[in-house]
Amino acid sequence: MSVDAPSKKPIAEAVEVPTFQITLRIERYNPEFDTESHYEDYEVTVHGTDRVLDALHTIKWDMDGSLSFRRSCAHGVCGSDAMRINGKNRLACKTLVKDVNPDKPITIEPIKGLPVEKDLIVDMEPFFDSYREIMPFLVTTGHEPTHERIQSQADKDRFDDTTKCILCAACTSSCPVFWNDGQYFGPAAIVNAHRFIFDSRDEAGDQRLQILNDKEGVWRCRTVFNCTEACPRGIEVTKAIAEVKRAIITRRV
Amino acid sequence: MQTHQYDVVIVGAGGAGMRAALESSGRARTAVLTKLYPTRSHTGAAQGGMCAALSNVEEDNWEWHTFDTVKGGDYIVDQDAAEIMCREAIKAVIDLEKMGLPFNRTPEGRIDQRRFGGHTRNHGEAAVRRSCYAADRTGHMILQTLYQNCVKQGVEFYNEFYVLDLVLAESEAHGGEPAVAGVIAYELATGEIHSFRAKAVVLATGGAGKVFKTTSNAHTLTGDGMGIAFRRGLPLEDLEFFQFHPTGLAGLGILLSEAARGEGGILRNSEGERFMERYAPTIKDLAPRDIVARSMANEVREGRGCGPNRDYVLLDLTHLEPAHIDAKLPDITEFARTYLGVEPYTEPIPVYPTAHYAMGGVPTNTDAEVLRNNTETVPGLYAAGEVACVSVHGANRLGTNSLLDINVFGRRAGIAAAKFAQDAPWVEMPGSPEQHTLNLLEDIRGRAQGERVADLRRTLQETMDRDVQVFRTEESMTEALEVVQQLKERYQHVVVQDKGKRYNLDLLEAVELGFLIELAEVVVLGALARKESRGGHFREDFTKRDDENFMVHTMAYRTPLGANEQRGVSIFTDKVRLDYKPVNVTRYQPMERKY
Repeated sequence: MSVDAPSKKPIAEAVEVPTFQITLRIERYNPEFDTESHYEDYEVTVHGTDRVLDALHTIKWDMDGSLSFRRSCAHGVCGSDAMRINGKNRLACKTLVKDVNPDKPITIEPIKGLPVEKDLIVDMEPFFDSYREIMPFLVTTGHEPTHERIQSQADKDRFDDTTKCILCAACTSSCPVFWNDGQYFGPAAIVNAHRFIFDSRDEAGDQRLQILNDKEGVWRCRTVFNCTEACPRGIEVTKAIAEVKRAIITRRV
Repeated sequence: MQTHQYDVVIVGAGGAGMRAALESSGRARTAVLTKLYPTRSHTGAAQGGMCAALSNVEEDNWEWHTFDTVKGGDYIVDQDAAEIMCREAIKAVIDLEKMGLPFNRTPEGRIDQRRFGGHTRNHGEAAVRRSCYAADRTGHMILQTLYQNCVKQGVEFYNEFYVLDLVLAESEAHGGEPAVAGVIAYELATGEIHSFRAKAVVLATGGAGKVFKTTSNAHTLTGDGMGIAFRRGLPLEDLEFFQFHPTGLAGLGILLSEAARGEGGILRNSEGERFMERYAPTIKDLAPRDIVARSMANEVREGRGCGPNRDYVLLDLTHLEPAHIDAKLPDITEFARTYLGVEPYTEPIPVYPTAHYAMGGVPTNTDAEVLRNNTETVPGLYAAGEVACVSVHGANRLGTNSLLDINVFGRRAGIAAAKFAQDAPWVEMPGSPEQHTLNLLEDIRGRAQGERVADLRRTLQETMDRDVQVFRTEESMTEALEVVQQLKERYQHVVVQDKGKRYNLDLLEAVELGFLIELAEVVVLGALARKESRGGHFREDFTKRDDENFMVHTMAYRTPLGANEQRGVSIFTDKVRLDYKPVNVTRYQPMERKY
């Protein structure tokens, strides 16, 4: 088939963008072979619009297939690829290479506070365990209405921010309290408790507040704000935690 | 190898899988296997809404919704299935609200509704407000709500378990016909093989968008469920019908919801013209996706594209109030800022069609039972969601109908599978059911040298984008077929660098590529044989719909894998056979499709 056949259609391409060389310094660890982790440097050519995830794919697909990391949607909604990029928790698919000072080596490490399984992959089970403990589901009693429950837009807006959570663990694994105390629920679990405590339809707010009033609950929060800075969804995590703290004091005392 | 036994095994934990699990786990011992974590599933990327004729903001009824669905699918929709979906839509939305889904609300506090492409009042008079939504993250809220309810109900999940084979066995209890015995799964964390014996299996693995390069789909959408069924000799229906969503971020393919146009956004070409007025005078930018995508591609082809390469058009939201954009479209406008550096308040957004949705899939009836030919089902096997073809989407799915599909047919699959498992006898697993999977994995892992997975995948995806996208011809597809068939050969020599057991995602990608190549061939063969244009399948050499010859569903079959696959034997087959199945027409005779 000739190149100028009428069926040839243009494949959408981004605007001409500069390409440049970067170095990724990645923390590697495979317990099948390694006793401890080490750093490896990779030189990668990237485009101006590339995400850190694209650079990681270039390494995995064309240089070193053993590099392991989770990813799925690649545009910041599935929460698979939280990692430490130059020391800050970010989603690799939502971080453009050009925005992380590509002149110096870019350090990529697994998120902290959860056991490393291999390279950038951590054990997410402790994280989800905390989430499941705060009763992350709507609890209602009495007769179910035939139609939908009535809720004003204002009442819905009350907890709108915390419904955006994608459970990526960027907040929880940025929290110094969580690093030092694996028992602490962590910001993500509190955010998801907030989502139900402030939902006008829910009737288990008191139970959740009681759970979070525990010694490993909200009172461990030292208001460091790392979580708010780390959240790729722009959730005001520290504010949500403060609202839960206030609710514990005003409702139960 | 570890062995497990459950009444029902659900493969996939997106919307369809978890909706099925909520029904099934209360009635029968159920396990849900997913190659991800449930909340990573691509249901979460859906944005605009879920249609149901609630009539909360204006007059509507489910019969209009059914008509729109049939017409939107260019009349190759099975109308009995569409009717069920649109009728049950109302309950499906209310169910989600009761489960806690935070819908946007009307001033009266009821579920708010907005316009969406192809959804009309009274059989096409004007656009209707039918889509129930939660800002532009409706899919995210559905996925979270379903997972929350699975937690509440104590549903048992096996996360990061990749199902690689479906075990069917001839069963005396089922008249000597093939019936479900279980599935074989590969545990990503350890590299261990697990055998799950089950009375019923529900496939809910989603789509196969990674057949294409420019796609809104996740990296993990590699058609696994379709692939494992196909390799076991089960048919795939209508795979040539693939939806290209009009508004992907140019060059990236990231989805920008049709809700942007439902909220008043307008598509413009390089001359600033609202070109959809020419292609769909009545509903303009809210025409169905196939029509809008083709119109956009046509504008670009005729030289009215934008940008330095004139290869995209613009989605203009600049006339909308920033507060309105923030309230209704916060996520997609952030995508434009993050990935293209475009400020949607003041600048139009570069967009171009992106591969989005497989209308076809594993054929089922309306109880989600999988068909093994035009009329007979496989006892114990169910499918729902994008992996399935029931067929409610026909040749072109309407926006929001996928979130509806997963809820309605996910629920039906869960109920039917549990009910079947309660009554049915166990089917014996054949000896060494894991052998095929072991061979498949060890052949790839054991290979010392060969071609890289990524090189083959790039060739596949670029070829499909170039030759089998919005515009298709005999010539382009013949070329694509040749490339795909070469790839089948080259696939026998792919090599992975990671030889380990733990989280060997290198190996996982190699297996996924095998499914993609096999499915791409079915797409191309079906499209070559369909010498007409219908919905998402547009042939420049046959530009008209041909109801006389092609008002039928394609059914593609391959030679099943042998019971004792030997090492080194190709997992592919040369023989893909095409057959056809009648369309179920109830009340709507095919008409010319105008908007």
